[in-house]
Amino acid sequence: MDAKHLAGQLRPLLSRHRKDRASLVPMLQEVQDTFGYLPREAMMEIAFYLGIPASAVYGVATFYNQFRFTPLGRHPIKVCLGTACHMRGGQLVLEALERELEIKVGEVTEDGEYSLDRVACIGCCVMAPVVVVGDTIEPRLTPFKVEEVLVKLR
Amino acid sequence: MPNLKSPVALEQLRNHIMTRRPPEQITVSVCGGTGCHAYKCEDVAAALRQELACHPGGRDVVMKVTGCHGLCERGPLMVIHPQGIFYQRVKPGDVPEIVAETVFGGRFIDRLLYTGPGMDAAALREDDIPFYRKQQRLIFGNNGLIDPTSIEDYMAIGGYSSLAKALFAMKPADVIEEIKVSGLRGRGGAGFPTGLKWEMCASAVAHDGARYVICNADEGDPGAYMDRSLLEGNPHSVIEGMIIGAYAVGAGTGYVYVRHEYPLALKNLRTALIQAERYGLLGDNILGSRFNFRIRISVGGGAFVCGEETALLFSIEGKPGNPRQRPPFPARQGLFGKPTVLNNVETWANVPVITGLGGPWYARLGTRNSKGTKIFSLVGKINNTGLVEVPMGITLREIVFDIGGGIPGGKGFKAVQTGGPSGGCLPESLLDLPVDFDRLIEAGSIMGSGGMIVMDGETCMVDVARYFTHFLTEESCGKCVPCREGLDRMLDILTDITEGRGRPEDIELLQELGEAIKSASLCALGRTAPNPVLSTLRYFRDEYDAHIRGGRCPAGVCKALISCSIDTARCNGCGLCARECPQVAITGEKKQAHVIDQGQCTRCGLCKDLCKFDAVVIS
Repeated sequence: MDAKHLAGQLRPLLSRHRKDRASLVPMLQEVQDTFGYLPREAMMEIAFYLGIPASAVYGVATFYNQFRFTPLGRHPIKVCLGTACHMRGGQLVLEALERELEIKVGEVTEDGEYSLDRVACIGCCVMAPVVVVGDTIEPRLTPFKVEEVLVKLR
Repeated sequence: MPNLKSPVALEQLRNHIMTRRPPEQITVSVCGGTGCHAYKCEDVAAALRQELACHPGGRDVVMKVTGCHGLCERGPLMVIHPQGIFYQRVKPGDVPEIVAETVFGGRFIDRLLYTGPGMDAAALREDDIPFYRKQQRLIFGNNGLIDPTSIEDYMAIGGYSSLAKALFAMKPADVIEEIKVSGLRGRGGAGFPTGLKWEMCASAVAHDGARYVICNADEGDPGAYMDRSLLEGNPHSVIEGMIIGAYAVGAGTGYVYVRHEYPLALKNLRTALIQAERYGLLGDNILGSRFNFRIRISVGGGAFVCGEETALLFSIEGKPGNPRQRPPFPARQGLFGKPTVLNNVETWANVPVITGLGGPWYARLGTRNSKGTKIFSLVGKINNTGLVEVPMGITLREIVFDIGGGIPGGKGFKAVQTGGPSGGCLPESLLDLPVDFDRLIEAGSIMGSGGMIVMDGETCMVDVARYFTHFLTEESCGKCVPCREGLDRMLDILTDITEGRGRPEDIELLQELGEAIKSASLCALGRTAPNPVLSTLRYFRDEYDAHIRGGRCPAGVCKALISCSIDTARCNGCGLCARECPQVAITGEKKQAHVIDQGQCTRCGLCKDLCKFDAVVIS
């Protein structure tokens, strides 16, 4: 992302928050909502704005699972590996997705179309195993149904 | 929008709301909980809205989308009042018939009624369904009656009357006394007596008078979603509880710490907070009582350890959530160093009930040391997946078989795991254990926040222990060496066992590590983390032995120890598996039995999933 463009978007966003350490997590969340991830430059800006070391910002950002440091794919895919999903074959679904997309969990396809992540539990245990594609919940998946889900996106 | 200035004004408003709601009013509730949502209940709601708009009598029918009704397994759910007719698995296509036949015709549609194993006739109402019959839905039952975005709905069922009672008929100390008498213990996991915690906070020295109350909605346990459903379905009950608690301890500010993974809970909570402010139930001079209190939302960044109270406080302060030593307890030195009461969502939702009906009334429910009811999320290999609220002291057997309807597919009950990832797995021999805080600990598990995961014969207990240990290894904050390094070692050993490299001496090593982690970690995460391993070692030792000494996984789960083959008697050679196998490991002539090349097979399960003739065998 070009630095000028980023700074232009960042400034109004930051100025909505108090210069207070307790604003750090909400600021990071807003930056991620805006850009889809936390660009390095944005974390530096936040550190400067709050008057705290960049390492402290990075420390908090890496502590919480919510934050990511690379952009998401156009179709972000999250595989739930909560207990119910694990017991009903979530791992097999994840492996099927890795196979179909030819990426490993945590990666983005080369064309930037798909990213594959795992989540601990989204509270849809009734429909286990589930996968979240964008905002849509795909219920009761099996290795075979994975293909259908991907076909719908193409 | 009325800004209520006195308890009388609140009562007048409630009476006004009730006059517009005669008991014979036809109301159609569509469940909008997370479970039903995933079954596309919004399409059902949209179809209903459209159908009612077209119908001449449609204007007189009230339609509402409510929070979770609990029986998520059969979603989308619909309840038609005043008769209380309960429909399940409703599709948008059923809606015109429902409106014509049931809403206006008063006739049932048989195929939409609930039937289940052991029932002679279909159930008409919720109360006729075994799933609901043994429950006592003190906290959760209101979900089905109210639209969570309507404060008037909450008032119609008596909402905020407990707050008025507390503010005008009770002193803060009286409220604390009532909670103490009720015997309420924290529903977040540790089961600390709530009244005692409040008393500690109220009596703590606060130099500038600042005190805080916090609602812990960082429900991180995989497989548990009761707090989510309460916040989504009845946010005002949690808010009312917090205001009462703030009054009791003298707090001016409250926080609700919610996981970012719960967008609907956040949305409904935000709406409810705005409404409460507009109605004069939050802010300055609440109901004219001169008591001031505000609630802010803090969105958690998704770290399991932040469910631990001191970690949560650091998180709100904008720091990494590393738990700290206690004492000082948060009740004395909590958020920003001020006295703070921190309770879980469900605990807060109990407060208006206790304040309204009295501590002695509440103390009649439950067992000697565990009072009231508890909401569990019943998931895993069970027929009626969903949320259940039961009186403390009910047995596991009643929950799993009477309410949960037993195990699907005749695979047989193997274990139930209570208390989330750091709970223990309890075997069939303990099914008659009464569920209360102390009895669960005796059995090597914990109450936790109320996850209840049922496992059947196809569940490998070593794999389950490895799964939870993996989860906890990733979620350990890393502060204490025993938890950080010890869990990692346990995971290595468990992985070895599930992949066929287990050694007989590993069992002893696991036990030793587990005990060390339990006794030498600072917070509850570390102190309970070995529970899954220790409890499975205690009750399912034979499965570990089968993996280590026999080189096999009895449940057929651990990939390195199983093989997939085709039952030649069942295979008709349709060729579907051969075409789809990602490894091209399956070969065979058309209409002849096929064969799996064991060298190529990765045991991905695709062929088993595809085969219509159940010919793929895992051994």
